[in-house]
Amino acid sequence: MPFLELNSVSKGYGAEGARSEVLKDINLIVEEGEFVAIVGYSGAGKTTLISMIAGLLQPDAGSVKLRGEAITCPGPDRGIVFQNYSLLPWLTVFENVALAVDQVFPQWSATQRREQVEKYLAMVNLTPAAGKLPRELSGGMRQRVSVARALAMEPKILLLDEPLGALDALTRATLQDEIVRIWEQDRRTVVLITNDVDEGILTADRIIPLSAGPSATLGPSIAVDIPRPRNRKELNSAPAFKRVRKAVLDYLLGTGGRQKTTVSRKLTLPDLLPENLDEPRTLFGAKRVPRRRSEEKFESVELA
Amino acid sequence: MNFFKRYKLDSVLLPLIGVGAFLILWLAIAGRVETRKTLDEFGDPVTKTVKTGLSPDLPSPAETWKASKPYLAEPFAKRGELDQGILAFTILSLSLVMQGYLIALAIGTPLGFFLGLSKTFTKAMDPIIQVLRPVSPLAWFPLGLVLFSSVKFIDGGGKTVFGASDAAALFTIAVCSMWPAVMNTAVGVRAVPTDYLNVAKVLKLSRGKTLFKVLLPATLPYMFTGFRLSLGIAWLVIVAVEMLTGRPGVGGFLWQEYNAGSYSRIILCILTIGIVGLVLDRLMSVVESRFKTA
Ligand SMILES: Nc1ncnc2c1ncn2[C@@H]1O[C@H](COP(=O)(O)OP(=O)(O)OP(=O)(O)O)[C@@H](O)[C@H]1O
Ligand SMILES: [Mg+2]
Repeated sequence: MPFLELNSVSKGYGAEGARSEVLKDINLIVEEGEFVAIVGYSGAGKTTLISMIAGLLQPDAGSVKLRGEAITCPGPDRGIVFQNYSLLPWLTVFENVALAVDQVFPQWSATQRREQVEKYLAMVNLTPAAGKLPRELSGGMRQRVSVARALAMEPKILLLDEPLGALDALTRATLQDEIVRIWEQDRRTVVLITNDVDEGILTADRIIPLSAGPSATLGPSIAVDIPRPRNRKELNSAPAFKRVRKAVLDYLLGTGGRQKTTVSRKLTLPDLLPENLDEPRTLFGAKRVPRRRSEEKFESVELA
Repeated sequence: MNFFKRYKLDSVLLPLIGVGAFLILWLAIAGRVETRKTLDEFGDPVTKTVKTGLSPDLPSPAETWKASKPYLAEPFAKRGELDQGILAFTILSLSLVMQGYLIALAIGTPLGFFLGLSKTFTKAMDPIIQVLRPVSPLAWFPLGLVLFSSVKFIDGGGKTVFGASDAAALFTIAVCSMWPAVMNTAVGVRAVPTDYLNVAKVLKLSRGKTLFKVLLPATLPYMFTGFRLSLGIAWLVIVAVEMLTGRPGVGGFLWQEYNAGSYSRIILCILTIGIVGLVLDRLMSVVESRFKTA
């Protein structure tokens, strides 16, 4: 039995009639202890996909199963790091993590729970910031709190939704190494959503591209057979790196790329006849005003 | 403008100019006392004082000051039920406002929460709220008297300590001042980011915990904006209520002085009401800014 299994999952938004399909026929199998990266275009439906795994959304068709059991609601066994951090702004860093720990381990003693919070704050190097409020932190620090909160729940699977998307390249690199280091400590199952192919190659065991929307679907799974620990500097020249990168990009830019569609529509041109200054000014200005001709025109546009 | 900015006078001088202009306008339209010497029909000289001016009965600033002095000099004096120092009146009014206001919050906040949480409830309640909201305190008070006509608490000496008119007064203040708290709480609950609720869902927080650890803190800034506006209205309503009941307080004093024809003290009351209202608003905005999150 696979650990996480998505079977011909489809999902769309909007009411009956005006519905737009975001994800179509998604099939995904993740084994226990695996680090899988899903790479896709912005707006393709990555957050939608991970929300279904988290149980925050229900698929319209198909099934999402964890250890053979259908996921019907969110729960702390699936730790999620949201794309926009989602820390509670009125709680300090410590309290944000403690809220999760207290909720998931109510049977522990107060000391045990405090130690758990401290342990995970130390893991993401945030011990000195424990008493600060989220608004006093930088974006990267907030993201690390969010990671610590998810990890401290000791989930069976960790879902990371573009955890580093909002960060600059340098901070990104540091945090990527940190994520890999933390993962290697206990090799928990991880699904990482990203829009950066290199990030996926550096961290994951497998990369799966998500085609561009609408009706996005997962492409072929591409194994990253580069031994760990992976060295960022040497990676760029490794043949395996180039091969994986090419395979992913070929899919994303080729079959899975944005379909070119032509749209033809009727346009009403807003061309105006200018104000006629030779006419005498009347009280109501009826003769002088600019006039609209409103010519109609047909046009076909090729959408990229 | 630059001149003002440079010397940081614009925050001192400009308001002073405004106040000065206001005083001059007041002086200009206020009545002036003139003494006229005339002869009566028997040929005897009589002195007659006549008030002239745009608004002959309006006391001038100086007269107002003179008439108000005893109330300001001994602000806590109690010479009689309706003859007390101005701060004594203010405290009486404030305590009534606070009681009504607390009732308004105790009812309004949960009501706002339910409205924010349930679309069905909102649909059901909306017409009632929209109709009740603009009703004036003058209209609510008689209804309050009717509603609470049987309320009567008597102390040992047989004196009524809390009667129908007291209940009606509290009712009027509460009903009038409740709405901003209700509306802002409802808007605040609806505006809670889905992300926070998702966190609560992932952690499987119970309903109570979601309410107290997520919904309530996220709504607090909105709630306090509502609370501040509500307090402003409660303070507006107090004057009407005291006029109708004749209770001792700033509004009651105002009405009594009007009936007694000493118009200077009306102005004293108006200024007191304005200043107290301003102070209350400032205090509440300090509290409000304390609860601003993120
Ligand atoms: N609640 C919603 N209601 C309606 N449409 C939605 C909703 N959430 C997402 N969508 C639409 O679904 C599509 C996919 O959104 P999603 O957030 O999953 O994209 P994404 O891949 O995570 O994008 P990004 O990389 O920018 O985070 C988008 O076109 C978006 O407009
Ligand atoms: Mg997203």
